[in-house]
Amino acid sequence: MKKENKNIGAFLSEYGVFIALAILVVIISAISPEFRQPGNFLNLLRQASFNGLIAFGMTCVILSGGIDLSVGSTFALSAIVCAEMIGHGVPVIVAVPVALLVGVALGLISGLLVTKGRLQPFIATLITMTAYRGLAMILTDGKPISRLAESSGDSLLFKAMGKGNFIFTFAPDFKIPIPIIILVVVFAIMYFVLKHTVFGRRLYATGSNAKCAALTGVNINRVKMSVYAVSGFLSALAGLIMISRVDSAQPIMGSGYELDAIAAVALGGTSMNGGRGRIAGTIAGVLIIAVLNNGLNILGVTSYYQSVVKALVILVAVLSDRKR
Amino acid sequence: MHVEMKGINKSFGTNQVLKDAAFNLKDGEIHALMGENGAGKSTLMKILTGVYTRDSGTVIVDGKEVTYHSPKEAEEAGIVFIYQELNVLFDLTVEENLFMGKEITNRFGVCDKKAMRAKAQEIMDRMGVHIPVDAVMSDLSVGQQQMVEICKALMVDAKVLIMDEPTAALTQSETEVLFEVINSLRKKGVSIVYVSHRMEEIFELCDRITILRDGTYIDTKYIKDITMDDVVKMMIGREIGERYPKRNNAIGGEVLRVEGLTHEKLFRDVSFNVRAGEVLGVSGLMGAGRTEIMHSIFGNLPLVKGKIFIEGKEVSIRNPRQAIEAGIGFITEDRKTEGLLLEKSIAENIELCNLGKVSTKGVLQAEKQASLVKRGIEEFRIRCFGPHHECDNLSGGNQQKVVLAKWIYTDPKILILDEPTRGVDIGAKKEIYSVINEMAAKGVAVIMVSSELPEVLGMSDRIMVVHEGHVTGIINGADADQEKIMTLATGGSL
Repeated sequence: MKKENKNIGAFLSEYGVFIALAILVVIISAISPEFRQPGNFLNLLRQASFNGLIAFGMTCVILSGGIDLSVGSTFALSAIVCAEMIGHGVPVIVAVPVALLVGVALGLISGLLVTKGRLQPFIATLITMTAYRGLAMILTDGKPISRLAESSGDSLLFKAMGKGNFIFTFAPDFKIPIPIIILVVVFAIMYFVLKHTVFGRRLYATGSNAKCAALTGVNINRVKMSVYAVSGFLSALAGLIMISRVDSAQPIMGSGYELDAIAAVALGGTSMNGGRGRIAGTIAGVLIIAVLNNGLNILGVTSYYQSVVKALVILVAVLSDRKR
Repeated sequence: MHVEMKGINKSFGTNQVLKDAAFNLKDGEIHALMGENGAGKSTLMKILTGVYTRDSGTVIVDGKEVTYHSPKEAEEAGIVFIYQELNVLFDLTVEENLFMGKEITNRFGVCDKKAMRAKAQEIMDRMGVHIPVDAVMSDLSVGQQQMVEICKALMVDAKVLIMDEPTAALTQSETEVLFEVINSLRKKGVSIVYVSHRMEEIFELCDRITILRDGTYIDTKYIKDITMDDVVKMMIGREIGERYPKRNNAIGGEVLRVEGLTHEKLFRDVSFNVRAGEVLGVSGLMGAGRTEIMHSIFGNLPLVKGKIFIEGKEVSIRNPRQAIEAGIGFITEDRKTEGLLLEKSIAENIELCNLGKVSTKGVLQAEKQASLVKRGIEEFRIRCFGPHHECDNLSGGNQQKVVLAKWIYTDPKILILDEPTRGVDIGAKKEIYSVINEMAAKGVAVIMVSSELPEVLGMSDRIMVVHEGHVTGIINGADADQEKIMTLATGGSL
């Protein structure tokens, strides 16, 4: 009897977040016919792609035993660098890779503060978060940069990132938004890297017991630098998709995104102490948050109540996911 | 206080850890509780102190049947458990630790520091230990921390003191102080349950001994009536043979030589060598710098001066990675914080040192992983449910075997073992000794740091003794005895 209980417990902690997601989708679908439209689901996934990309990076950082509060600011600053370049006539084919590299560099700065500077990750990224947001304000003078597509000379690449659809030649009516494709591809890469590569192993080892990992020959500083770089890159990527989608860049964009990303990672069952967790859990966490945002909007719940409902769902999910 | 436990049964899930276990403790005696890891010693004591509830059986204290529901209840009745992993708050002072939860306050509910300090000092004096009551816990040695724990037990007027492996982290001199304290407590009528794997200590200190095996009561004897061999036989239920298996391999040429290793403050001018197929024992008191010397050779502690030669060539080792590449394996002192990823599986731990072997171009290969881990579990006889068994749930001996496996599969030329059998039961100890002998027979140069003198004497071809960061002597194993080693370890000369 007891053994069975244990198995159920293990099963729940393994798949609890997916079950929670399924239940949520079923309930909201039952109440709202609008929610269960296929078009709405695609829309919901597209909305989820921003938080999804950022949360993937956050998962890596948290698995390594750190945290990255600077993702929202990196998201904004990289996007603004891209927008400024486009505004000054730099071709999109150059501006986009440069902006992504800026994201990597911003992540590496956080990484340097953590490794060489020996700052606690929370403090280090609190510093970079504040600094990057300030830089975004300085670069734009606090004003939005708009009509980017026009400035880019109607660049197809720029528009495709956020607004494009992937169309199957055999079924032209079935379109998948590009951000969703990007999300899926990044997910697949992350899944493979974390589960099947030496780097993944070293990442888990670093988060699980850094001292032991170092004594076993793992270059833990390199691991840490890498995860902040990945986090910076993915935040920048999300930022670029966002400006393409809304056709403008604002210095305040992405404020508070770090919290949604951390919430998604926590929902996904990744240990905040590092060393334990799965990328599949994170995507479930991202979807739960997206379903709530989308569903509660459709159901006409006002935004004040939405926050409280979201908090409650996260609380219940995290509590039920807790082992023992 | 007289404690009697009879017919105790306890299961965790389907796993019955105690079957008809019994224990009888008399007034003012020191009673050893022995058994291999997993024999149920700690569980039995945790049932006595209310950490666990028993499934069946009776506990009689001073003639009355009792059941304590929490350690606090047991403490109020005068039964205190001092855990091996000390229960201290490292950032607080000695006095704050002593009074945690029992603070003396004045009328307004404000802490009366003066009164507490005075009382703390009084207890220290009574015990005859000299630890400043204002010292921060983390600045004290492990031995001193343990003394504070004992003082804490005395504050609640303990009549029964249960000590789990109290000397595991103590130096020889701290152990002596501890034994004095224990003896004086006995004179005051306190009964002591002494849980330990160290046979020599038990025969020196204890009055009676109770032996458990596989959760079952085996026997209780007066120490003076039995021999160590009897105890071992009762513990494992069979003859174990020689405690330190013999080794007859030839010793080859020099593999490692270090010259003038000097650290900023921990050790100076350390020179020694190890040859192929040789076991060099390293002895000394805790804090003498033995562990630190090994860490520096492994690139984990910076040196201000000194040269390291491997097979005659000078090498530069600035981090553990370079040490591993140079052919050094290092089994560290503390397997829980340094040796293992505790929350990870056996497989992940064994693979961590051997990622290159189980992968191609950075991608893990499932077949190679499985065969490496299978080999490890079989060759090292790791008792587990399978490769995905979490290391946290393994016994000390099996955890140590995982650490051995992960390092030995790196095919080291030099193997450094720091306290390889600490907290490991007798059966597993012997298996670890056999592994060390096999490595030596294969021509590996072995360095074994150990605080257990019988082990150093039983296993080493040569013994290096360290005192306060200096090598005070290197003697041949055949000529060594406890007295010579202790003389060198305390700074004397032969």
